[in-house]
Amino acid sequence: MSDAHASHDGGNHGSVKSYVIGLILSLVLTIIPFWMVMSGGFSNMAVVVTISIMAIFQVLVQLIMFMHLDFKTEEGWNAGSFIFTALILVILVGGSLWIMQNLHANMMLGG
Amino acid sequence: MTTQTVNQHDAHAHDEHEHHDAGAMKVFGFWVYLMSDLVIFGSLFATYAVLMKGTAGGPSGADIFELPLILVSTFLLLFSSFTYGMAVLAMHADRVAQVKGWLVITFLLGAGFIGLEIYEFHHLIAEGFGPDRSAFLSSFFTLVGTHGLHVTFGLIWMLVMIVQLFTKGLNDKTRPRIMCLSLFWHFLDIVWICVFTFVYLMGVL
Repeated sequence: MSDAHASHDGGNHGSVKSYVIGLILSLVLTIIPFWMVMSGGFSNMAVVVTISIMAIFQVLVQLIMFMHLDFKTEEGWNAGSFIFTALILVILVGGSLWIMQNLHANMMLGG
Repeated sequence: MTTQTVNQHDAHAHDEHEHHDAGAMKVFGFWVYLMSDLVIFGSLFATYAVLMKGTAGGPSGADIFELPLILVSTFLLLFSSFTYGMAVLAMHADRVAQVKGWLVITFLLGAGFIGLEIYEFHHLIAEGFGPDRSAFLSSFFTLVGTHGLHVTFGLIWMLVMIVQLFTKGLNDKTRPRIMCLSLFWHFLDIVWICVFTFVYLMGVL
């Protein structure tokens, strides 16, 4: 019976170990970006690139270690819908910035 | 006789399957909702990115963001994500008292996060830097406020789950609810990673 219960959400649930690893990785990936910005000894370009990459890594850490996203749960429909949503986000956010930047350049708005 | 036994076995296996599917389908449906919520946050991020230079002579991010406060908020939310994970592990081990305990700790950490956000918003509005000041501040309050509203609803949901654990205990109805709230709570932590990176940290550069 406890087996039936354990599979209710149809996925793996991780262990204390995987949560602790996820927490430690998240802490490291949080502290480094804050330290880089607050210490102020780096060029803006280096900071933007580094903290963007660290944000992406931390999102992946939490998706995998905390939310247990994989291609096995629900025959991969969880992960599939996530990848589709990520594609929509790239079009939505990237497209908006692209269009508005062009508009800004072509209309020669001040500021 | 043999056929009957086989049939009964089949029927039983079928029941177990249906039984399993009901909970799993709820959690999957909730996941799909979260994906649509992600698109809402994506559009708010895009709006913020477009409007962030529109300060209309008012303050920019570098003038008003207090990074030490944001760092504390980030830690509160990150640890609350971890403690919710502990609650889920306790649930799978059928330790209802531990589930309640971890949920209470998670609730307190989340409430601390919201408390800091209310302090920050109140402080900004009191100084005259409310959402009506500039396009930058409008989009900032909308993005961060929408996240805060989600966390607030997560806290209300968590209180309801704690009460239901006392009245109903762990059963086929409450387990999928705790799993859905788990996804919701981790999801809000993920959105917050993007908020502190792209709004606060890049805002002060």
